[in-house]
Amino acid sequence: MDFVKRFSKNYGAVVGAIILGLIVLMAIAAPVLFPVDPWRTVAMPLLRPFEDAQYPLGTDMLGRDIAAGIAHGAKVSLLIGTVSTLVAVLIGVSVGAVAGFYGGIIDDLLMRFTEFFQIIPAFAMAVVLVAIFSPSITSITLAIAVVSWPGVARLVRAEFLSLREREFVQAAVVVGQSVPRIIMTQILPNAMSPIIVTASLMVATAILTESALSFLGLGDRNVMSWGFMIGAARTMLREAWWMSFFPGFAILLAVLAINLIGEGINDVMNPHLRGRKQ
Amino acid sequence: MMSFTLQRVMKAFVVILGVVILNFFLIKMAPGDPAVILAGEAGSGDPQFVERLRAEFGLDQPVLVQLWNYVSGVLRGDLGFSYRNQVPVLDLILDRLPATLLLTGAAFVFSLVTGILFGVLAARNRGNVLDSIITTLALIFYATPLFWIALMAVLLFSLNLGWVPPFDMETIGAGYTGWRRALDIAHHMILPVVTLGLFYTAIYTRLTRASMLEVMGLDFVKTARAKGVPKRRIIRRHVLRNAILPVFTFASMQAGQLVGGAILTETVFAWPGIGRLMFDALMQRDYPVLLGVFLVTAIVVVAINFIADLLYRFVDPRIAIA
Repeated sequence: MDFVKRFSKNYGAVVGAIILGLIVLMAIAAPVLFPVDPWRTVAMPLLRPFEDAQYPLGTDMLGRDIAAGIAHGAKVSLLIGTVSTLVAVLIGVSVGAVAGFYGGIIDDLLMRFTEFFQIIPAFAMAVVLVAIFSPSITSITLAIAVVSWPGVARLVRAEFLSLREREFVQAAVVVGQSVPRIIMTQILPNAMSPIIVTASLMVATAILTESALSFLGLGDRNVMSWGFMIGAARTMLREAWWMSFFPGFAILLAVLAINLIGEGINDVMNPHLRGRKQ
Repeated sequence: MMSFTLQRVMKAFVVILGVVILNFFLIKMAPGDPAVILAGEAGSGDPQFVERLRAEFGLDQPVLVQLWNYVSGVLRGDLGFSYRNQVPVLDLILDRLPATLLLTGAAFVFSLVTGILFGVLAARNRGNVLDSIITTLALIFYATPLFWIALMAVLLFSLNLGWVPPFDMETIGAGYTGWRRALDIAHHMILPVVTLGLFYTAIYTRLTRASMLEVMGLDFVKTARAKGVPKRRIIRRHVLRNAILPVFTFASMQAGQLVGGAILTETVFAWPGIGRLMFDALMQRDYPVLLGVFLVTAIVVVAINFIADLLYRFVDPRIAIA
């Protein structure tokens, strides 16, 4: 209850939560609101926005409904954003926990490995991975996870390095708890708050990366996505601005909402930083 | 200092070697047998011809031998052949690299200068309207997809207002030389540089503001204020000099990511750099070019990080050389 109360004091975060809530609702309700497949031609091509009340955001050059595309595209963005972040957090926590807990040569090796992935330009790497493993929801999700885990690993390692020396952890060692149990029940719960904050912001970055990939034509061809819509509208910019404007605005809103929520969570979870903004 | 530099050179070399090896395995995993594709390009599906090509390119040898051939080839500057263009990949890339370096370099300077400027302005006017405007804009641009802002900028400033040209790096066929040409390129650069830089401007603005506010709360600033040092001077001499270091650290780490962003910017603006080359290779499924660009991009990033590392220790001598 305390969490909700403090979170709701941050107006930006509340606005973000409302926007994100609406987007999630839109993604869930898309099959009901727009029962026709978003890839299907439903009306005259290149209808302007608000020209026909049935297609408020207009249609593209093949007569597909832009509003339907945006509603159906929400699902892909949210899904890839969340799942790829979960996978990245899983990899990052595993690597960081082992490195931070054991230290020494293991730590050294794992951190060199992490640094390596951090240096390689993330977006170029994602492009190459998706291109080689052919674009699909799975390959895009994994590619984004592969380029975004190093940040988590470094964070978790730093937390583990300091927590490992604390007395309650040493007590657990003396009592004879197994290493996995110490990591899972003693240290990890204490390192959770920075992980949650980072993860919430990573979802936003993942959505941006996914949209950029499908903009380049590296999206899953079986599902409608916001980035694909903008990519397809690129050559029609002069004739039909609305084809690229609305999907891009949808991305902006989703990413902005998640960033606001992430900052709100950060304020609640790191109380010592609170009040610095005022 | 000497041993430190040597150590960094070694580290950069190891990272590049790692990228080369990674690249080799990615090439191995790329769909399609290169020999079959090359034979197809030459207009022959004859199995004997394919076998001969395979032997010629060493594709019939054990993986480790192939790896060695590839690594030693890359060290000699051999990145393979483009399937489509039938020219060495390295030639294609070197031809395009200057345009990308120009674009990303300009965008880096633009984002750092504007970011620090807005960050200082916001921190100076904390809680004012100006601060709210700057922080809100930074929040919005931080959430805006790069390629979308580029398209919208073309729509507004090129197609509707006609202020700047929408595509290409210079006026094709104008035959400008010297200063006239430089001006023409600069004119073409405005939109790509600004749209690529804006996202990073937003990051640096937020960082600078936060860092300034933190330093402004420290005791030595209070002392300066108590002594009656003018506010301008406190901001410039006391706060900014201390607050700017974290921004530089972050900027040096992020510099490489700009090259990734350039893929998108160059695609939108038909900028003749390696990002555009990568996009074309992607469309044509020309994997040697795609992976060659990836490798060169990684090397550029390692080089930038290396230089930034050295500069950083020059800027802040307190950093222990370890």
